[in-house]
Amino acid sequence: MTEEKIVERKPIKATKEMGRIMTAYYFQLNDAARTHSQKIAWCTSVGPAEILRSLGFLVYFPENHGAMLGASRMATDTIPEANAIGYSPDICSYLTADVGAYLKGVTPLSKAYKGIESVPKPDVLVYNTNQCRDVQDWFAWYAREFKAPLVGIETHRGVGDVSDAHVESIAKQMEAIVSPLEEVAGRKFDLEELKRVLALSRECSELWKQVLDTASHTPSPLTFYDGAIHMGPAVVLRGTQQAVDYYRLLLAELNERIANNVAAVEGERHRLYWEGMPIWGRLSAHAKMFAALSTCVLASTYCNSWIFTAFDPDDPFTSMARAYTELFIVRSDESKERYIKQMIDFFKADGVIYHDAKTCPNNSNCRYGMPQRMERLTGLPSLILHGDLNDLRLISDEQTRTNVEAFVEQLEENKT
Amino acid sequence: MAAEKLYAGTDVGSSWTKVVLLNPAKSLVGYCLKKSGTDFSATARRCLEASLEMADARSEDIACSFSTGYGRKNVDYADDTRTEIGCHAKGCFHYFPSAMTIIDIGGQDNKIVKLDGSGQRTSFKMNRKCAAGTGAFLEEMATRLDLSLDEMDRLARQSTEMVKLGSFCTVFSATEVLENIRQGRKVADIVKGVYFSMIRRVLEMDSLTETVVMTGGVVAHNPYMVTMTEELVGRKIMVPEHPQLTGAIGAALYAMNSTGLGMNED
Repeated sequence: MTEEKIVERKPIKATKEMGRIMTAYYFQLNDAARTHSQKIAWCTSVGPAEILRSLGFLVYFPENHGAMLGASRMATDTIPEANAIGYSPDICSYLTADVGAYLKGVTPLSKAYKGIESVPKPDVLVYNTNQCRDVQDWFAWYAREFKAPLVGIETHRGVGDVSDAHVESIAKQMEAIVSPLEEVAGRKFDLEELKRVLALSRECSELWKQVLDTASHTPSPLTFYDGAIHMGPAVVLRGTQQAVDYYRLLLAELNERIANNVAAVEGERHRLYWEGMPIWGRLSAHAKMFAALSTCVLASTYCNSWIFTAFDPDDPFTSMARAYTELFIVRSDESKERYIKQMIDFFKADGVIYHDAKTCPNNSNCRYGMPQRMERLTGLPSLILHGDLNDLRLISDEQTRTNVEAFVEQLEENKT
Repeated sequence: MAAEKLYAGTDVGSSWTKVVLLNPAKSLVGYCLKKSGTDFSATARRCLEASLEMADARSEDIACSFSTGYGRKNVDYADDTRTEIGCHAKGCFHYFPSAMTIIDIGGQDNKIVKLDGSGQRTSFKMNRKCAAGTGAFLEEMATRLDLSLDEMDRLARQSTEMVKLGSFCTVFSATEVLENIRQGRKVADIVKGVYFSMIRRVLEMDSLTETVVMTGGVVAHNPYMVTMTEELVGRKIMVPEHPQLTGAIGAALYAMNSTGLGMNED
């Protein structure tokens, strides 16, 4: 019998510290929700969290909860609950998993953090459609459920070059939400406080970029799977000192790996770039599968999406508007093509894996001929995996395995 | 008794298990096919024993053995594995050494594999999760029409007015078949429509470039499908001598190569 080799990627020591700060973050939210000691805002993952923090809100991110539902594989049980009240199985499975979990009265937070029984109730919900339109519907459902105010920013889509007109219109929308947020917060907006928070966000972003950039080293000290886990603080704690301190720690560990030539995947033979959403319920399984094939999936557009180099504390609204509009996900296909090519070159990838996520058309960049164009442009092969971010009913593990093994075989045969 | 070394290839597919034995000249000296059933390991072993008997050889004569297919990891006598995508490519290039597009229609999946002139894979695609266009689709339709799989090919050739089935979905297609039965359409015309639907599902997976080769169990048992595909794409399609065994032959060739033999010939 041909034994299946089980290979683990090299564990990151800083993970323990990340666990500590994420635990503190969720307990702080839980305590505030119980005691009403601090107002809670729900925010989309690439929304104006900095404005919310500057107004003294604790910020909770439903998309992070959606990813936890996926990673804990609870999503497949909760999605049908949302389907049953009219939210189609074809729409965002973060939305359906999260709303379904609420309806079912379950949360992965209870398993991860003993003593937390539910998600923290919002005093206000704030979205930015730069991720997709689904977040607006998602937040609207909770706004009705909790009878909480809903404010949001509608982002331009298919943006080629980001123009001043784009930035100005988003900056104006950001300024316009300040007043209703002041009302909920019960305090006046303080520009100096926003500048302070934004400076921390900028620092977090720069460190996060440096962390991800370490993967350009050969062998890579980091995998995409590590990135998908360690991006937690960049999503939920950007704008705080804890996130900055954490990424300093993580970066030091990865730089030490580089200095000692330590690979995340031992015997790294192939380097792949991941384009699209993670498959949360298979994160660990896929990390092992690739490691067993001596293949490092080392970087992704997804993890890069929390790098906001445009943040400028001296010009907060305009720079936030620019940073949140420069995002890959809202850009035109031409811009995306240029970006992916640049990443392939920078990370010295041997190939690209595109994840066609059934319920996330907005972040499945293989439906309009991108892989074929990129193959012609780079001469590198690519593979499309059909799956989903959260809904495991849409995944065939056997087909995924065969596709991945065949792709690595192809890379190997073309190398020799 | 075979005095020469043999190379074994085992393809454990979702429906059928195929074992082949090649001699150092790459001639097929033994083979066997059996339904995969529920014990892949035992089925593969029974196929191997039958193949050895056909080759008048003993298991000690096997120098190396590779497995492939859905159950490739369940073959207890295999020295190593390769994916069915790799093995079909290897097997096809053995028969038609040129740049090609391979269409493999299997029991539960379809593949389109492209090779350059040196036999290197340049790309491949598998069908998405859905069974439309696979052998499983054909089996479902045979059940609906109360036909044996063997009767279908003969009937399709008799069709004079093919029905059109439009759906991607196997279940919806079955409903369309029922609708055509209700309307009194001839079974032969419905069967040809089923074939046509399968071919369309496969052809929309990728473009066809260079030499086109068709393999797999569906092609082996439904050769009229090749004729229909040729008519549809307007070009000659090559089919290896044993289309259902191509993956197993590819596995045996990989086994042979791993011993340092025949490396530059395929």
